[in-house]
Amino acid sequence: MSSLISDSFSIYGEQFTSRLLIGSALYPSPAIMADSIVASGAQVVTVSLRRQQSAAAGDDFWQLIKDTGLKVLPNTAGCHSVKEVVTLAQMCREVFATDWIKLELIGDDYNLQPDPFALLEATKILLADGFKVLPYCTDDLVLCQRLAEAGCEVLMPWGAPIGTGKGLLNQYNLRTIRERLPDTTLIVDAGLGLPSHACQALELGYDAVLLNSAIAGAGCPVTMSHAFKAAVEAGRFAYRAKAMPEKDVAAPSTPTMGMPFWHQDFGIKNKN
Amino acid sequence: MKMSMKITINGESFELVNTANLTQALQQFAAKEPFAVAINGQFIPRSQCDTHLLNEGDSIELLSPIQGG
Repeated sequence: MSSLISDSFSIYGEQFTSRLLIGSALYPSPAIMADSIVASGAQVVTVSLRRQQSAAAGDDFWQLIKDTGLKVLPNTAGCHSVKEVVTLAQMCREVFATDWIKLELIGDDYNLQPDPFALLEATKILLADGFKVLPYCTDDLVLCQRLAEAGCEVLMPWGAPIGTGKGLLNQYNLRTIRERLPDTTLIVDAGLGLPSHACQALELGYDAVLLNSAIAGAGCPVTMSHAFKAAVEAGRFAYRAKAMPEKDVAAPSTPTMGMPFWHQDFGIKNKN
Repeated sequence: MKMSMKITINGESFELVNTANLTQALQQFAAKEPFAVAINGQFIPRSQCDTHLLNEGDSIELLSPIQGG
C-alpha cells in the first residue's frame, strides 16, 4: 500500500505525486480560484501572459499564484503561428523564471484544434533554445511520435476540444498512444468535464490530467476540485491494480457449487 | 529641442518625448512589474532594454501575468 501512495511521475526529471495539473482561469473570484487550487492537491498550476491593461489586477493575481508555492506552467494560449508562439514562450520564460512551456498553437478557431505541423516546428525551435516543452496536441499517434522523437519528454494530447467538457472522445487513440509511447509522460489536456473523465484517463495509464474549465465552471468549484482529486487518485489506483479482462459472456460471481433447488435439467430448461 | 516619436504599445498609439531607448519608453508608459517586452514581434530581454533603440512606428508588446488554463 505504501508503494501506491508514494507513486509519482516525472515532468522533465522533476517528480510529482499529484496527477492533477490545474488551470487558474475562469473562476468566479480570486478567492475561489485560490481555494480550488488548494483543494485539488495540484502541484502545478497554469498561467499566461497578456497585454498589460490593469496593472493592479494582474499584480494581485500573480501574488495569489506565488502564494500557492506551486510550480508554474506558463502557456502560449491564443497563438496562431510559429513566430508568435516562440516569442511568447521567450517572454514567459523571463517573467515566470521557468523553462517549462505549455505549447499551444491553434490551427482552427472553431474547435481550437492545435496545428500539428506548426506545433512540431515550434517545438523543435524551443527545445533547441533550452525550453522544456509540454505540447498541447491532438490524439494523433504519428504526431505524438514525431514530438517525442524531437525530444519532448511530456506530451499532452486532448481528450476533447478545450472547454467542451465532453470527456475522452477517442479512447482508442489515447490508449494506442499510451501503448506505443510507454516511456513518455502523457497528460490528457483539455476537454474533460466530469471527474469520471479524469478517472478514465488515469485508468488508461495516462500519468496525469490537466484541466481548468471543469472545475472553474462548476456550480461549486471548490467541491468539484475535491471530486477531481479523488477521481484522479481512484483512476491511478485502478490502473496500477490492473483491471479484470472484459468479457462478452456473463460469468456468475457467486459459487454455483451447492446451489439450492438445483436439479439435473436446470441448465437445459434455461437454454430453451 | 523636444524630440518626439510615434510608436504603438499594446496596439494603441503612443507618443514618446525625448526618448531613445526601450527602458525610457517603458518608464514613460508607466509599465508595472512584472512584465516582458517584444518589439515588432521579437522578444527583447530585459537586460537589453537599456541599449535597445526605438524607431518610428515600432510596435511594442508589454505583457504581464494573467490567468491561464
